[in-house]
Amino acid sequence: MVVQALCFYLFSAVAIASAVMVISSRNPVHSVLFLILAFFNAAGLFVLMGAEFLGMILVVVYLGAVTVLFLFVVMMLNINVAEMRQGFLQYLPIGATVGLILLVELFMVLGGWAISPEAAQVAQVPTPPPEQVSNTAALGNVLYTKYVYLFQASGIVLLVAMIGAIVLTLRTRTGVRRQNLREQSFRTRDESVEVKKVQSGSGV
Amino acid sequence: MESLLIEYLPILIFFGIAIGLALAMVGASYVVARQSPDPEKDSAYECGFEAFDDARSRFDVRFYLVSILFIIFDLEVAFLFPWAVSLSEIGVFGFWSMVVFLGILTIGFIYEWKKGALEWE
Repeated sequence: MVVQALCFYLFSAVAIASAVMVISSRNPVHSVLFLILAFFNAAGLFVLMGAEFLGMILVVVYLGAVTVLFLFVVMMLNINVAEMRQGFLQYLPIGATVGLILLVELFMVLGGWAISPEAAQVAQVPTPPPEQVSNTAALGNVLYTKYVYLFQASGIVLLVAMIGAIVLTLRTRTGVRRQNLREQSFRTRDESVEVKKVQSGSGV
Repeated sequence: MESLLIEYLPILIFFGIAIGLALAMVGASYVVARQSPDPEKDSAYECGFEAFDDARSRFDVRFYLVSILFIIFDLEVAFLFPWAVSLSEIGVFGFWSMVVFLGILTIGFIYEWKKGALEWE
């Protein structure tokens, strides 16, 4: 129990510290690296809560893929670091005001939150006790059968994302000579080699 | 709950050793080695000249396309994990729902293959 509490404080402290570093570090690449650290600690917190599948997905998807995307965006934009830092203090009051309003709204929503008594009956799938069914199995038992429409809809969403990414960013450059293996191996001797009769002394 | 966390104890010990070892290596080099810092030691050096421009150059947008396609297939794999764990529970219907899901994504895969999004000029 003590180890669990210690781990919680360690993970949350590192997560908050690295989150502060994300917005305050001078180099955008360093910001992304601190973002990776923050995600990793959030995954640790999920595991501490018993949501191990969520923690592992956070590691696989967010650390493996989303931060790589952020890194590419940072590298593509070619941000001038010194220029970006200039406006920071100037925009700080506006940003802080927006953040404060959002925080107050969040508190108002959570303060007025009340779970209706019917909700427990309406809930279709009761959560199995974690001693009997592991996290991943509990998800898998309902995701592919009970929530099959939502599952297929997520597949369609992924398809749309794939096509959208290709339509937006794919540009074919003309005049680039590509290697065509099929053409290469189906070449015959007749179409590539030509024998000419050259009369001696007259040149080609 | 407790038993679940005990399974993660080796990973915690591993992290502890890794962090301790990394700190010991960096810290010991600060303590043991002789330090004579000089700004010239840290400055960029490029064949005897000052650096001509920034080392970070802009990336081509095609890297972005590759990483987006990677994320999509990464998510597909994330859906495969719980399916594999509870395949014996969900029966034939669960199996075929995953096959349909994979079929939808295969349409996208064929599309990107035919479009030439996987080719690197």
